[in-house]
Amino acid sequence: MSGHHLTIHNVTVSYQHVPAILNIDADLRCGRCVGLLGPNGAGKSTLLKAIAGLVPLQSGEIQLHGHEPRRTRSIAYLPQRGLIDWDFPITVRGMVAMGRFPDLGGWRGFEKRDGEIVGEALAVTHLAPLANRQINALSGGQQQRAFLARAYAQQSHVCLLDEPFAGLDANSQKDLREILRGMAAQGKLLLVSHHDLASVPELFDDVLMLNRELVAFGTVAEAFTPANIARTYSTAPLAPAFP
Amino acid sequence: MSVFLDPFQYEFMRKALLGCLLVGFTNGYLSGFIVLRRHALLADGLSHSLLPGLAVGAIFFSLNPVGLFLGALVAALLVVLGGKMITHSSRLKDDTSIGALYIAAFALGIILLKFAPVRVDLSHFLFGNVLGMANGDLWITYALSFFIVLVLTVFHRQLLLALFDPVVASSMGLSVAWLDYLLIGMMVMAMIASLQAVGAVMSIGLLILPAATIYLLSDSYDMMVWGGAFLGMVSAVAGLLLSYWVNLPSGPAIVMVLSAVFVAAYLFGPRYGVINRLLNNRRAKRATPPAPDQTGVDLPPAIS
Repeated sequence: MSGHHLTIHNVTVSYQHVPAILNIDADLRCGRCVGLLGPNGAGKSTLLKAIAGLVPLQSGEIQLHGHEPRRTRSIAYLPQRGLIDWDFPITVRGMVAMGRFPDLGGWRGFEKRDGEIVGEALAVTHLAPLANRQINALSGGQQQRAFLARAYAQQSHVCLLDEPFAGLDANSQKDLREILRGMAAQGKLLLVSHHDLASVPELFDDVLMLNRELVAFGTVAEAFTPANIARTYSTAPLAPAFP
Repeated sequence: MSVFLDPFQYEFMRKALLGCLLVGFTNGYLSGFIVLRRHALLADGLSHSLLPGLAVGAIFFSLNPVGLFLGALVAALLVVLGGKMITHSSRLKDDTSIGALYIAAFALGIILLKFAPVRVDLSHFLFGNVLGMANGDLWITYALSFFIVLVLTVFHRQLLLALFDPVVASSMGLSVAWLDYLLIGMMVMAMIASLQAVGAVMSIGLLILPAATIYLLSDSYDMMVWGGAFLGMVSAVAGLLLSYWVNLPSGPAIVMVLSAVFVAAYLFGPRYGVINRLLNNRRAKRATPPAPDQTGVDLPPAIS
């Protein structure tokens, strides 16, 4: 597993000729939980979307295990919770089963194996007891876990999470952290945009610090230093919670 | 013979029944997608934009159903694509650009109808006449209904994903814009299929109300689609019978039946109905104990 990499090479993405991220280079190892840090407008969401294939690269390339990734399968993107209509008439199990759709295509029936994968995804994310609930009955933390379960059912190797911890209470945050840890231990790569600096050391193995350009990338011990934080947030005040 | 079967001794009523079953089922099935995609107002706009195409069809092909069908299809597509073009090339948003175009198209249609060589009644196109369904109309309705249900069934997974979570759908490699055009295309075809039976404008009732009603009653996506189809079918037949018994125009009678069911669901729905929710709120208020006095007992934190 440790030989697997997601390589970001010289990636630039621009919106209407203004670069949102510029010449990003990073080599992310699978089996790690990576925090994506930076002030508002630093390009965190843009980088996630670029990896997910949702915005075109102006230059550079992104490779998974040395190849152009098969995005329909191997990379799962988890949007911010607020972008979803939670009144949509579907159960938690139904939502997680959507992760099987890229595999099923239009015709293939939902087979026993697909059901097992969905069941496993629900178990891994501690959602099995809620499987038959409507999604509008979920709390914020449970919604985030439902996203994760769908990504798990997709059997993706890389999960890109946009601010999953935002607005979660301490218990939900702990629960989500443990699930992410478990998925990383299975060899998956989790890239998580995050804004609460105080919780970085307990949540992540590595950090990728971004302010339009790459400021620092490495393990939390190496890269998450006061000097790098100051450079990353140079236009914004430092979060007072930093130890 | 019973009061239900009596009307169908006439051939025009048997044809009308078949038309109602087809149109009710197809539009009701489609309504689930329209309600979840929040395209109800777009559907309303599009129904008016069929008119210039119908008028041009009437001018060149007289009242041949195929000519009318092609004219209506082209007109609706021009309004949708034209509206999107205006949105992309100016600062206007979709609702304004399509709103502006459809009313222009509607006005143009009324003017063009004056030039039709045959005498055409405007209300016929807008409100339909199910009792006048000819074999040609039934064939068109048949073919379009079959095509619409087939397409929606083939693409149901892609559509479900794109309706629920468009960003993730496109990260999975689906073209959400293309699926949206597909849905709009099916909407236009459903309106054309309904033209003779309930008319372009009244067909909106069948394209919105069935799923809107089910959405107030059920939490299941499958129920919205199949239940919507069933409700559309039953209401269309009920409306047809009502129009026969009381001598009402059939299209509006069908829409009134659907509206009555909708209002009943809105008021009396067991879970999301307003009356039940009001009663539940009142019960909950009464059941809430008075504020605790200062005994110093900490309540356990709520479990998430």
